[in-house]
Amino acid sequence: MICQDAFTVALLDPSQPTPAGLIDPQGQTAPKRFAVYRNNVAASLTEALRTGFPVIRKLVGDRFFDALAGVYLRAHPPKTPLMMHYGQELPAFLQGFPPAQNLPYLADVARLELAMRESYHAKDAAPIEPSVLAAIPPETLMQSRIALAPSAILLRSRWPIYGIWAANMLDAPTPQMHGEAVLIMRPEYDPTPHLLPAGMATFLIALETQPLGAALDTATAAVADFDLGAALGILLAGGAITSLTLPKAPAP
Amino acid sequence: MSNTMKTLAVAGAVAAALTAHSTTTATAMSKEKCYGISLAGENDCAAGPGTTCAGSSTVDYQGNAWKSVDAGTCVTMEKEGGRMGSLEPLDRDLPA
Amino acid sequence: MFDQSPPHGLPHCAGVGYKPQHFTQIMENAGSVGWLEVHAENYMGAGGRPLAQLAALAETFPLSVHGVGLSIGGEGPLDPDHLARLKALCDRVKPASFSEHLAWSTHDIGFLNDLLPLPYTQTTLTRVCAHIDQVQDLLGRQMLLENPSNYLAFAESQMSEVAFLTEITNRTGCGLLLDVNNVFVSAVNQQTDPLSYLDAFPLDKVGEIHLGGHDEDTDDHGAPLLIDSHGAEVADPVWALLDHVLQRAGPRPVLIEWDTDVPDWTVLEAQAARAHTALATVQA
Repeated sequence: MICQDAFTVALLDPSQPTPAGLIDPQGQTAPKRFAVYRNNVAASLTEALRTGFPVIRKLVGDRFFDALAGVYLRAHPPKTPLMMHYGQELPAFLQGFPPAQNLPYLADVARLELAMRESYHAKDAAPIEPSVLAAIPPETLMQSRIALAPSAILLRSRWPIYGIWAANMLDAPTPQMHGEAVLIMRPEYDPTPHLLPAGMATFLIALETQPLGAALDTATAAVADFDLGAALGILLAGGAITSLTLPKAPAP
Repeated sequence: MSNTMKTLAVAGAVAAALTAHSTTTATAMSKEKCYGISLAGENDCAAGPGTTCAGSSTVDYQGNAWKSVDAGTCVTMEKEGGRMGSLEPLDRDLPA
Repeated sequence: MFDQSPPHGLPHCAGVGYKPQHFTQIMENAGSVGWLEVHAENYMGAGGRPLAQLAALAETFPLSVHGVGLSIGGEGPLDPDHLARLKALCDRVKPASFSEHLAWSTHDIGFLNDLLPLPYTQTTLTRVCAHIDQVQDLLGRQMLLENPSNYLAFAESQMSEVAFLTEITNRTGCGLLLDVNNVFVSAVNQQTDPLSYLDAFPLDKVGEIHLGGHDEDTDDHGAPLLIDSHGAEVADPVWALLDHVLQRAGPRPVLIEWDTDVPDWTVLEAQAARAHTALATVQA
C-alpha cells in the first residue's frame, strides 16, 4: 500500500525511486508515468513563481530563475490552496540563498512584487472625494485622522527598488545606487508603484498612529523641506485616502 | 513652526494637492497600468507540459544554472548603476 | 436528499471555463455560451478585480464553481479554513453548481497544486465519502465529483473507477461531473476501451460534462501517454465520445476547458458552438 506520505516524498525528490505499486498496463512500475505528477507539481509551482515575480526573473535570467524555483518550491510548497498567495517566503529565502548572495537587492525587489499582488487582491475601499479636504477648516483637518486603502502598501528599501522595477517593467533608465521608498496604490483595480519624495514614508508611517498635524511635524523633523502638498497630491491621485476621521467636538 | 504657520501650511498644501489632482489624475495614472490580470496568481486544473524537465531535474548547487545569472538584466544594472551587485554595508539608513 | 431542480443545476447548454482576459468580450456578446465555470480558489481573495468581475458575471450568467484545491481524497481531514472560504464564496455567488475532483492535493507539508491519484480501495471509499458528506452538509447542497485523468494505476486497487464512483454516489447522494477528455486520456494511458467505461458509467447521475484538450507523449516503453494539458482544442475522438454520451444520457451542461496557452475568445466560443451543435442533435 502506498500512503500519501511516501507518494509526497517521492513526488518532490526526483532522486527517490518511483514508489512500487504504481503501475502501467503491464503491471510494471512506471517511472515515466510517475514523472507526469512530479512534473505537474514542479512545473505548475515554477510557473506560479514566474508569473508572480517577473522582475526577479528578468534580473537573474530564465535559467537561474527556474533553478531557483526548483529549490524554493521544494523548501516552501504553498501553505494553502490559494495560489494567489504563493511565494510569501521568497524574500527571506533569497536573503539566505547562497547563489544569490552577490545580488543583495533581490529580496527587497521580491517584497515589492509580493506587495503588488497583495494590493491586487486587497479589500475594496472607496476613496474620499478630494474636495472634502478643502471643505474642512485647516485647524480641524490637522486634528483629523487619515486612513489609507487596504490596497495601499508602503515599502522602504536600502536599494532602488522602484528604479529596478521600472527599468525592468517600463524600460526606464538604469537606476542609480540609493535607497528608495515606494507606495503601491490601486485606483480601481490596477496596483501601481509610486516612488515617494523625501519624508513621505515617514509621514505615512506617522499617519498610522497620529493625526495629520502631528504626522506633518514628524515628517518635517525627519526631512526639513517635506512637501505636504505633494504628498497629499500623490495620495489623492492614487485614490488612497479612504476616510477622514474628524476630532471629537469638545464638550460644551 | 507656530500653529498659525502650520495651519497656513496645511491650507496651502491642500489647495496645491487639489489643483494638481484636478489637472493630472487621468494622465498620471494611465501610463503605468495593466499589470492587473497577470498579478492574479491563478489556480487551474491543467496538467503540466509532458513528462520531462522541471519535475525530474535534481538540485545541484555546483551546477551551471547558478552561473547563468549573466543572462539577466542585473548585469547591466551593476555596470550602469554602480556597484549594485557588490555587497554594500548595511548601515545605510532606510529612506525617510 | 439535496434539491437538484433549477435553479440548482446548470442549463443544458454549452459553457466555457472563465478566464479574466475574456471579460469584456463575454459581457458584450457571449455567443453560444450559456453559462460559465470559475475555479473557486481564484475568488477567495479579499477584493479587487477578481471579485468585481465575478459579481458582474453572476448577474448575467448561471455559474459553476469548480474547486481545484479541496483535496477530497486526502488522508488528512479537510482544511476547515478552506471549507469556510468555500462556503463564503458559495453563499455570496449562489452558483448553479459546485463541483470538485476525485483526487488529493494537500499533505502535511502543504498544497501540491496538482490533482494526485487515489487507489480504489474500501479505505479510500470510506474516506472520500466522509469528506463528501462533510462538504454537502456544510454547503447545504449536492456537489458533483469529477473523474480524474489517469497516468498510472495502483496495484492495490480493488475495484474499477466506475464502480468506485458509482458507490460514492450511492452512499453520499452526490452527482458526477463526467470529464469526457479524462475518460479518453485514461483509456489510452491504461490501454482500455473508453466506450466500455462510458457504458458502465451511471449517466443518470451526471450533472455536468467537461471537454478539454490534451497533449501527446510516450511512456517508458514508447506506448502513447496522453497529458490532460487543457491547452488545445478538444480532440476529434473526444467529440465522438461526447456524441455517444449525449445519445444515451440526453442533453447535459457541456463545458469547454482551456487553461494553458489560453487562446482568443473567438477560439473558445467556436469550441462552445461545436458543443452547442452536438447538444442540438440530441435535443431535436
